[in-house]
Amino acid sequence: MKASNGEWRAKLEGRIDADLAREIDAFEHEIALKKHGKIDDKIFAETRLRRGSYGQRYDNGQRHDGIESRRLAYPQPGLTKGPNTLWDAPGMQRIKIPFGGLNADQLEVLAELAEEYSDGIGHITTRQDVQLHFVHIEDTPSIMRRLASVGITTREACGNTVRNVTACPLSGVCRDQAFDVTPYAKALAYFLLGHPDTQDFGRKFKVAFSGCDTNPCALVRIHDLGCVARTRTVNGKTERGFDVYVGGGLGTVPYQAKLFEEFLPEEELLPLAQAMSRVFARLGEKKNRNTARMKFLVVKLGLEEFKRLVWEERKTLPVDPRWTSFLSGVEQEQETPLKPPGLLDIQPAEPGDFREWRQTNVYRQRQAGYSTVTVTLPLGDVTADQLRALADIARKYVNETVRTTVEQNIVLRWVSDSDLRNVYEDLKQVGLHQAGAGTILDLVACPGTDTCKLGISSSRGLAGELRLRLAENDVARDESIRNLRIKVSGCFNSCGQHHIADLGFYGVSRNKNGYAAPHFQVVLGGQWSENAGAYGLAIGAVPSKRIPETVDRITRRYLAERQAGESFQAFIRRIGKAECKKMLEDLMAMPAHSEDASLYTDWHDPREYTIGDMGVGECAGEVVTPLEFQLTACEREAFEAQLALEKGDIDVAARTAYEAMLHGATALLNWRRAFYTNSEEGIVEAFRREFYDTQLFFDPFAGGKFAHYFFRAHERAGQQYLFESAHRLIEEAQLFIEACHGCTLRQPAQTVNA
Amino acid sequence: MQHVNLKFFARAADGVSTSEAIPVFHRWIQNASCPELLIDVADYSHVPAGPGVLLIGNEANYSLDIGRSRFGLLYNRKAADAGDAQSHLRLAYGAALAACERLEQEPEFVGRLAFDRRELEITLNDRLLYPNTEATWTSVQPEVERFCDGIFGAGQYVVRHEGEPRERFRVNVRQI
Repeated sequence: MKASNGEWRAKLEGRIDADLAREIDAFEHEIALKKHGKIDDKIFAETRLRRGSYGQRYDNGQRHDGIESRRLAYPQPGLTKGPNTLWDAPGMQRIKIPFGGLNADQLEVLAELAEEYSDGIGHITTRQDVQLHFVHIEDTPSIMRRLASVGITTREACGNTVRNVTACPLSGVCRDQAFDVTPYAKALAYFLLGHPDTQDFGRKFKVAFSGCDTNPCALVRIHDLGCVARTRTVNGKTERGFDVYVGGGLGTVPYQAKLFEEFLPEEELLPLAQAMSRVFARLGEKKNRNTARMKFLVVKLGLEEFKRLVWEERKTLPVDPRWTSFLSGVEQEQETPLKPPGLLDIQPAEPGDFREWRQTNVYRQRQAGYSTVTVTLPLGDVTADQLRALADIARKYVNETVRTTVEQNIVLRWVSDSDLRNVYEDLKQVGLHQAGAGTILDLVACPGTDTCKLGISSSRGLAGELRLRLAENDVARDESIRNLRIKVSGCFNSCGQHHIADLGFYGVSRNKNGYAAPHFQVVLGGQWSENAGAYGLAIGAVPSKRIPETVDRITRRYLAERQAGESFQAFIRRIGKAECKKMLEDLMAMPAHSEDASLYTDWHDPREYTIGDMGVGECAGEVVTPLEFQLTACEREAFEAQLALEKGDIDVAARTAYEAMLHGATALLNWRRAFYTNSEEGIVEAFRREFYDTQLFFDPFAGGKFAHYFFRAHERAGQQYLFESAHRLIEEAQLFIEACHGCTLRQPAQTVNA
Repeated sequence: MQHVNLKFFARAADGVSTSEAIPVFHRWIQNASCPELLIDVADYSHVPAGPGVLLIGNEANYSLDIGRSRFGLLYNRKAADAGDAQSHLRLAYGAALAACERLEQEPEFVGRLAFDRRELEITLNDRLLYPNTEATWTSVQPEVERFCDGIFGAGQYVVRHEGEPRERFRVNVRQI
């Protein structure tokens, strides 16, 4: 905790917007009240989340150090900042950056904060935010004040709120755009920020803007509300509007957003978002957070009914001048260059490193003579010195602005082409000249087990390792492989966006004879382009340490067998999931701990792996083995469901997925030696009694969510499924089986059997 | 003098990668090897000229650091401590030196990594209390020199105030 905390308020007086200053004062008071026990844990937790102050791994005061789970002896063990969250435990501060836009002064303040309050690193997220890790809760008001002094708020960066509004970082300079969406994203972000109609959501609400329908820069189809720019000509006049998509989201089970309205006129954008917020606040689930995202409401009501309700709501809204006041300034918001347009003098003896960088990191803008430069950040990390250098570069070559991207990079727009070589040299001075933007080397990873409480496997460790190995790999240099995307999530929650990658991975764990081992589910067939046009499905879990070999094997096979012009997705479709799985089967087989202990540790973490306080029972092996066998059979069934879906046999796919869940539940009942009637009804009833009502099956963070998947599948058994709902059911079956594995890891067999 | 950061630079680090500190720092947590409460290890070895690998503690962080491309051991005192400037400087110096000695003896580094005790860098990690200005240097110089007299002997070292105004207050001390 900083000695200067008490002095920033006075130091920055008059330099912070009055409303924002009051909000931060109020938050500081709430911190003081909480310290004195005057605020309930849950309320304070949501309060700080709404200010972007998040929990971090081990903040319950327990950590497995590789030998045993030990208590972290914080100085104030009785003081908490939320349920089961210790006051002194470091946390994460998320900083909202609407549309990813930052100026030079803001970059410098972020650098200062990273050095003084965090670990010297600013981390760019897949939502264009910046995160600081290992931050003390009592430092957060100072952080917020310093940010506010340069026009940044952390308000509603977390919690059940409208999260950072993202937008294509090329907007305004993109060759394919309908128009620049930046001013619309900005207007909507600040209109919804703190709006009374957005304060009573059951879950978060994510918004994205794209300037076109084809490129993936904004991923609108994975959002609750996605807006794609469009123009139309009416009576010779060009009008601006948006194709509006709703109800998308990744999370545990991904949903593709549905087209809500074709061409919503620009003046209707803000009121429609407001009306949608009201409907979501009024009708969205509040008690069960696992079904509280808007995607569930859209499915529950049906798109047509949802639309009807939103349009009805729209009619009742009192007119707000902010709906349209920003429109008059839309043209003026366009960023302008600092330098005149230029020409890059390409020399025959151009150094190889510059040529490679130019090929992957330089985008030719729609404005002749200008380019956008992508600054590739390894795993989204940037040092304080680099942030300051970027501020200098932004001042020297462009009009002081940069943007963060959903691929965890930063772009410099409006670089005069004649400056490209100098920009490269300046970036090189601070190690920011790495080529490979938008290629297989440009991996995306969520924080995973490094800092996230939900992490199961080390996503950053894996991504870092893959990055190193791919850089040395000849296969990765081939054009067809080079353009693939790899995305890694530390758990099923998709913060690394694994569903929309060519090669996606999400962290799971497996138990072998009482030893837990980190694994990743391999997700193939996702589509990054067309704003995240399709989601991949998991084909099986591979030990973490074997994922590099998995990537190598898949990419080599694609390289060797692809047909002319065949995309990776088409290749995966053509060879089929069964063949994909067959290709990896030997890698999926897990040797015993005694044969290869290295597979029982994670990347860049020498500790014996655990998802909690692992206990090795005296007769665990004998008891666990049959269970393992049965759960493996369930995984096979879930996979067979995928194969059926691939063939278009939707009924078989749905039935098989449901049966996989049923057999998973049966496996657990057998493991517990519970009594049950051997019928579908009997199994569901016994599972509910033994595992749901007792909460034995509850995931520490997702609660009973995965059991609900099973109950719902049972209720729907025999009913007709459509392709999309069957796809979702298979996802749910896979997650249910993962939860079965998780349940057995949390409950040593001998305890359950006692 | 709050939030003292003190760095010893590596004299020899033949082929040593900061990532090699990961298992070492995990062991330090297991063995409670430092006086501070040790929490976790953060790996930034992939970032050029960055913080390297950090051993995150409650009161302080230790890191095998490559900031400004100089390999070294950095001790970052995070807690606001009671006491005077000399006690704060001595605490940071003692903790950093002990960590250097320990690292040099670790199996991963023995014979490969050695720190130079004749040069150190002191950073005051709070821009509000210690902006990187001549005024700050004037105000802290007597304390810094008193401390360095005790380490190297009066007149046996050179202190240089470094960095640009945007950076944190920093001095480099080198034994003559």
